[in-house]
Amino acid sequence: MSAKGRIPNWADVTLVPLTSVLLAFILSAILIWAIGESPWEAVKLMVDGAFGSSYGWGYTLFYATNFMFTGLAVAVAFQARLFNIGGEGQALLGGLGVALVCLYIPWPHWSLALLAACAGAAAFGALWALIPGYLQARRGSHIVITTIMFNFIAASLLGYVLVNVLRPQGSQDPSSPRFPSEIALPKLHEMLALVGIPFSRVPPVNISLLIAIAMCFAVWFLLWRTRLGYQIRAFGESEPAAQYAGISPARITVVVMLISGALAGLMAVNSVMGEQQRLVLNAVEGAGFIGIAVALMGRNHPLGVALAAILFGFLYQGGAELALWTSIPRELIVVIQALVILFTGALDNMVRIPIARMFARRGAG
Amino acid sequence: MDVGTLVQVLDSTLRLATPLLFACLAGLISERAGVFDIGLEGKMLVAAFMAASIAFVTGNVWLGVLSAIAVSVAMSLVHGVAAITFRGNQLISGVAINFLAAGITVVIAQNWFRQGGRTPSLTGDARMGRIDLPFAEAVRDVPVLGPIYHGILSGHALLVYVAFLCVPLTWYMLTRTRFGLRLRAVGENPAAVDTAGVSVIGLRFAAVAICGVLCGLAGAYLSTGLSAGFVKDMTAGRGFIALAAMIFAKWRPWHALGAVLLFGLLEALANRFQNIDFFGLAVPVQAMQALPYILTVVILAGFVGKAIPPRAGGTAYVKEH
Repeated sequence: MSAKGRIPNWADVTLVPLTSVLLAFILSAILIWAIGESPWEAVKLMVDGAFGSSYGWGYTLFYATNFMFTGLAVAVAFQARLFNIGGEGQALLGGLGVALVCLYIPWPHWSLALLAACAGAAAFGALWALIPGYLQARRGSHIVITTIMFNFIAASLLGYVLVNVLRPQGSQDPSSPRFPSEIALPKLHEMLALVGIPFSRVPPVNISLLIAIAMCFAVWFLLWRTRLGYQIRAFGESEPAAQYAGISPARITVVVMLISGALAGLMAVNSVMGEQQRLVLNAVEGAGFIGIAVALMGRNHPLGVALAAILFGFLYQGGAELALWTSIPRELIVVIQALVILFTGALDNMVRIPIARMFARRGAG
Repeated sequence: MDVGTLVQVLDSTLRLATPLLFACLAGLISERAGVFDIGLEGKMLVAAFMAASIAFVTGNVWLGVLSAIAVSVAMSLVHGVAAITFRGNQLISGVAINFLAAGITVVIAQNWFRQGGRTPSLTGDARMGRIDLPFAEAVRDVPVLGPIYHGILSGHALLVYVAFLCVPLTWYMLTRTRFGLRLRAVGENPAAVDTAGVSVIGLRFAAVAICGVLCGLAGAYLSTGLSAGFVKDMTAGRGFIALAAMIFAKWRPWHALGAVLLFGLLEALANRFQNIDFFGLAVPVQAMQALPYILTVVILAGFVGKAIPPRAGGTAYVKEH
């Protein structure tokens, strides 16, 4: 981007995304006003519903956990300038990995089951991203299209497995049996009780939150402190330059997609093992796509992703409360999400150019 | 499968292929001009909602179709402004449009009709009427011709025939008109078009607008022809099947017709049978649903004839100074 150099770094990572989000919020407020509700009341309800109690916080953090995983997945791929829209399908397959591990192996303790479930989720998610990655690297198939196709194929595959393989006999519901209760993951209220902090027992937020935070650190370390991370970023900045430096584009593409798929798959540990305790058809509920908005808003940096994930967690929990108390349906959140993607992703230059001009004028005057 | 069932399946193939065909040609024209569009799904969805809403309120389906086209073109222009004017990422813009449509249709439908994100059912003139082709009744009992002409080809809504007419029209426009030649050139080598003194921006906006019109027709048919009203997420991935068909057809109009008929047939079969016995092998319904996507991946991978998109597709044009 020609305008990029003229914006100071601090403004690039704060002012630009915040302006984009502000624009998205203003348009959403106009929409709320247009359907005859008060935007101010809506904001108050959302903030109160998401942050006003430990119950609200619990749900906000539960959703944020999902979005951290899927946001990191998209962000890692974006760093190599690969657009992985397949987070949804990779997380679905991750759920299958979790279910197989939890259902077919009798674990003596939840901690072992958790490790195995993480491995299963990551492996299945990575596998589902490997094929599009390989096809892009070796056959030149556009990764955006193949990952979209793989989302649909994953949904069909999961439907088949749930109906024909995992569904208990006599059950009408296309879902797996419940996992053994001994391997239920510790919830946040149990963990906080150990240090004497009272917390609501209801929300499904669980130990996966810590794994998500650890993954933020791991991705940061990978990208900025390892040779592979350097290669990924170099490849993303300029493919020919990376190639001259002896970095194999095919290898980076495949490796990045494996990491991205594994991160998306890990989301299932939170949603399938942490919340549902069984595999259901719509275990992912669009979180794979929200990862796109989270990564764009977080500027593909793990810290940004974590903050954006909490923002979207807030929107999700706040939106649920809003739907409960007003006539505004939950889908309002999808509109906000779309506007965030539009302004931070597609209309980036529209936001960036005026800000660059502002700084240029200040610099001149 | 007996003849009666076969006729029914093929009859519904034509109906199911129609929205796919409109959307597929829409994507084809846009991408031939160098603007990637994965927002077909979203445009179809807003169009479906608008068509059903206006048709319900006015009782006139054609007013519904017109407003569907208007709102779909408006969405196209958002994509155009993001992708062409501000040179943003075309894929991200498409994703945003899909979500915008998925959310806003439900929010507004709930506000207008208060039926949980759907429009009331359409009846009478608010739905698209069926058209009986000439002599359809007369040849009804003629062997072979009767079932084909009366049973399969006749008795569809006007937009079905319009969709099939759009295939030769698109082909003619792209290959036999000056506009079409320039459109394709802008998708392959925009700098050459610019040097010839023709506006790259103008051509691309024209392509994006045509894409909007066709998506509008696709959505309108979906909610007023194929179904009798709008329900939440009613496009159900059809925009992506159309995208798959476009790649499957390698961005060529006549091949697009073949691809959408194949995908329409798969959908018709999946609707009709839970499991299909294919030479002794039981094919589950999920495999039928996934087949269009699997076929597209195979084609993209170049194992069976490589699909190569227009060369300048997905990149914004920066004029040299």
